[in-house]
Amino acid sequence: MSSSWMMNDHEKKALSLYIHYPFCVRKCRYCDFLSFPADAAARQAYLDRLGAEMAYRSQAFSGYEVTSLFIGGGTPSLMSGDQLLALMDHVRRHFSLREDAELTMECNPGTVDAEKLSAMRKAGINRISFGLQSARDEELRLLGRIHSFSDFLKSYEAAREAGFDNINVDLMSALPGQSLSSCMESLEAVLALAPEHLSVYSLIIEPGTPFWDLYGEDAPGKPAIPLPDEDTEREMYHRICRRLEAAGYDHYEVSNFARPGRACRHNLVYWRRGEYLGLGLGAASLVDERRFSNTRDLPIYMSSFAPAEEERLTEQARMEETMFLGLRCMRGVSEAEFEAAFGKRIGDIYGPVLEKLCAQGLLAREKGRFFLTERGLDVATPVMAAFLL
Amino acid sequence: MQVDQSKIRNFCIIAHIDHGKSTLADRIIEKTGTLTLREMQDQVLDNMDLERERGITIKSQAVRIVYKSKSGEEYIYNLIDTPGHVDFNYEVSRSLAACDGAILVVDAAQGVEAQTLANVYLALDHDLDVMPVINKIDLPSADPDRVVTEIEDVIGIEAEDAPRISAKNGINIEEVLEQIIEKIPAPTGDPDAPLKALIFDSVYDSYKGVIVFFRVKEGRIAKGTRVRMMATGAEFETVEVGYFGAGQFIPCDELSAGMVGYMTASIKNLRETRVGDTITDADHPCDEPLPGYKKVNPMVYCGMYPADGARYPDLRDALEKLQLNDASLFYEPETSVALGFGFRCGFLGLLHLEIIQERLEREYNLDLVTTAPSVVYHIHKTNGEMISLSNPSNMPDPSEIDYMEEPVVAAEIMVTTDYIGPIMDLCMERRGVYLGMEYLETTRALLKYELPLNEIIYDFFDALKSRSRGYASFDYELKGYQRSELVKLDILVNKEAVDALSFIVFADSAYERGRKMCEKLKQEIPRQLFEVPIQAAIGSKIIARETVKAMRKDVLAKCYGGDISRKRKLLEKQKEGKKRMRQVGNVEIPQKAFMSVLKLDDE
Repeated sequence: MSSSWMMNDHEKKALSLYIHYPFCVRKCRYCDFLSFPADAAARQAYLDRLGAEMAYRSQAFSGYEVTSLFIGGGTPSLMSGDQLLALMDHVRRHFSLREDAELTMECNPGTVDAEKLSAMRKAGINRISFGLQSARDEELRLLGRIHSFSDFLKSYEAAREAGFDNINVDLMSALPGQSLSSCMESLEAVLALAPEHLSVYSLIIEPGTPFWDLYGEDAPGKPAIPLPDEDTEREMYHRICRRLEAAGYDHYEVSNFARPGRACRHNLVYWRRGEYLGLGLGAASLVDERRFSNTRDLPIYMSSFAPAEEERLTEQARMEETMFLGLRCMRGVSEAEFEAAFGKRIGDIYGPVLEKLCAQGLLAREKGRFFLTERGLDVATPVMAAFLL
Repeated sequence: MQVDQSKIRNFCIIAHIDHGKSTLADRIIEKTGTLTLREMQDQVLDNMDLERERGITIKSQAVRIVYKSKSGEEYIYNLIDTPGHVDFNYEVSRSLAACDGAILVVDAAQGVEAQTLANVYLALDHDLDVMPVINKIDLPSADPDRVVTEIEDVIGIEAEDAPRISAKNGINIEEVLEQIIEKIPAPTGDPDAPLKALIFDSVYDSYKGVIVFFRVKEGRIAKGTRVRMMATGAEFETVEVGYFGAGQFIPCDELSAGMVGYMTASIKNLRETRVGDTITDADHPCDEPLPGYKKVNPMVYCGMYPADGARYPDLRDALEKLQLNDASLFYEPETSVALGFGFRCGFLGLLHLEIIQERLEREYNLDLVTTAPSVVYHIHKTNGEMISLSNPSNMPDPSEIDYMEEPVVAAEIMVTTDYIGPIMDLCMERRGVYLGMEYLETTRALLKYELPLNEIIYDFFDALKSRSRGYASFDYELKGYQRSELVKLDILVNKEAVDALSFIVFADSAYERGRKMCEKLKQEIPRQLFEVPIQAAIGSKIIARETVKAMRKDVLAKCYGGDISRKRKLLEKQKEGKKRMRQVGNVEIPQKAFMSVLKLDDE
């Protein structure tokens, strides 16, 4: 099964493009993404290098048509309007973009104004993803965000005025000091704006971040502002899911919710193992059942496009991925699709695992699909790990 | 090589643990120039890593030293190092049999301790002359005069002219070397009589085969001598004889009565050269073998399992090798539902158990899971049969048991008077029967108790140290068996009994111990996808229960930018973690949970 936007009429294969823009104004205290501040000259040099990378890689993709593009970061909205236009010119010069392609750009509230939004429209961007995280300023400060809630409101309204009709808002739950009610307040404040899409991520304390030093496994002493306990964290998650479903959003992936037809096509490509090419620092790709990724070292990237990591996926690895990626989507894994892809029945490979997980109430089976139950969703990692052969 | 017997001294150094035995040995070797300074490394004789780290001697070692006395004559000293801990009395006994005298090292601050006494008695049993040395005189708390009085009063040997030294700082070592000539007797024995040599140790060398360490009591042995091991009957042609340099073997032409050395004869099987056996000349045999060593029986048993079941053969090989020069180690195959294939092993005591475990892990690179130690119980069945039980899993049904007996030990605890109260409390808690107390001086006393062995094999030593702030020391010997009310306590995880966690306990202590086991396991068993009850039971009666709550949350909220490899690594890490667990029913139990129950009084 493939959705219509993954197929195409001219026998061309569907490709998604990811472009990484690693620069930000200031690193947030929870952030372990590949991002860092840099001066204007370095940022321009990087964009030039991206153009060169497209020229270098695109030759292999003449048989492909781009159905989605995602510019992530970092803070891609730090690019000037002209820089963005130049970047998208490069994309169009080297790749064939399908007319109805989903073209998303991540924006930090407070970094876009009417002028930049109009340049984004001109560059063809048709979807914006705002990294709001919380509607409460004290929580934003604690996270080390550079914007306030009112900055976000201004940016959001400006985006609507500029004609963007497909907007995602990122929120975070389980923040330090956050209560169930303050979490729901943030959600309501965003719901009032009726965005087409919401991503609500439960805070992950990542090694190497300032938050890790405060809240990580080896953190000394008790932090002044503690994290919500596990029960509260799960309660937040489940209440968010219920509230968004009641408001007409489809809970289609662990942390993602969309109005009908507004699921992020680009992200679905990752979970459904569609083909994608990552451009820029540290960007990951899946092409021809080969996973590879660019170097995460900026000076090396500026001089070589050689993949830092590369792996040809065996049939076993593909089966495992089909399971652990497929289960991130609420619709789960289709028995028929599994059989079509591998010529083997899912039960022949995973029979005992599926049976055990179903018996434990972690998986359910309906209409030829296996999917996570509400309980299975809480402990998705060990459930997914069970599918490694 | 003809050496005048009167110029040979064979001796060992005995001491309470930490009193400086190995340091003195090092100084003696250093002073006599047996090693150059560059070759010298602290504690030359303790050549196992483990011995160095723990600062204790486990295996006997020997070294030959040439000493030029003040009168200008050369003497040959054979120094045989011995273990200091009570668990290794067997090893001590082996070494003592090769000596004619012993240097007794006593700490100038701590004075006579329990093991000082135990070792002196062992030496006297072997008819050795004991030469006291007062060590650590440069410590601020040193009181050598008091210690001299103590040695004379408590042990009953002359100590007035005992050398007062600091082995650590090399003070008065010459005096020790000089006194050895006077205080340690020269060996006797007729070099022209038929060969009679006592094997006190052996090691395996992949080039030379078994290297046999022995003391020639009578006769002589040279390259080419056909020898017979009198107990096993095995005969060999001697390939090489020699003596011990520090850390190396030095070949020589011949060893005669009174000398200590080694031989090789391309011996492939260590079993043919048993420690304690007598070597004689196959062509001119002696009439009777020398008396062997006191045979010791293991007192403590536990199951040892390879963490990775595939390494069972490696564990078997390793145990076999260790047993070759540690006759006190016992093992036999055993199977556990929870742990798979392994061995039931017998040890002299808990330290012996720990040492073997560490040697298996370090020298043989094995990852082990050990079960709770058990003593040997006597079970008298209603049909009149008596069985010795060292594995709780084999306990017969209670209906078949008439009564049970457990081993008891006579324990001597040396303690400063301030801590007599807490130590007596501890012995009471451990079902001790007070036998008496002797004041050694105004501030120190020797407490005598009768204690069930199963009360001291877990953590008694730790408890003793903590309740006396480290001032108590302890020695024991098996006294016999006594009738006792004992029950088998089973641990059920998720309603299934885990055989490796079963143990036998005094009936009145069962409730307390069961509760502690459950509490400890609750900490050690990670949360699973479902709730896991942990229960302690006697027969079908549940006496304690804890619950490991179900895992609440483990889900990755975000998976960024299509970096699937990173996600896979996380899943693989989870799977790896599972491999280090033991699957019991549906529950994954970490290997260390099986060991954590050994120390229930930690916190």
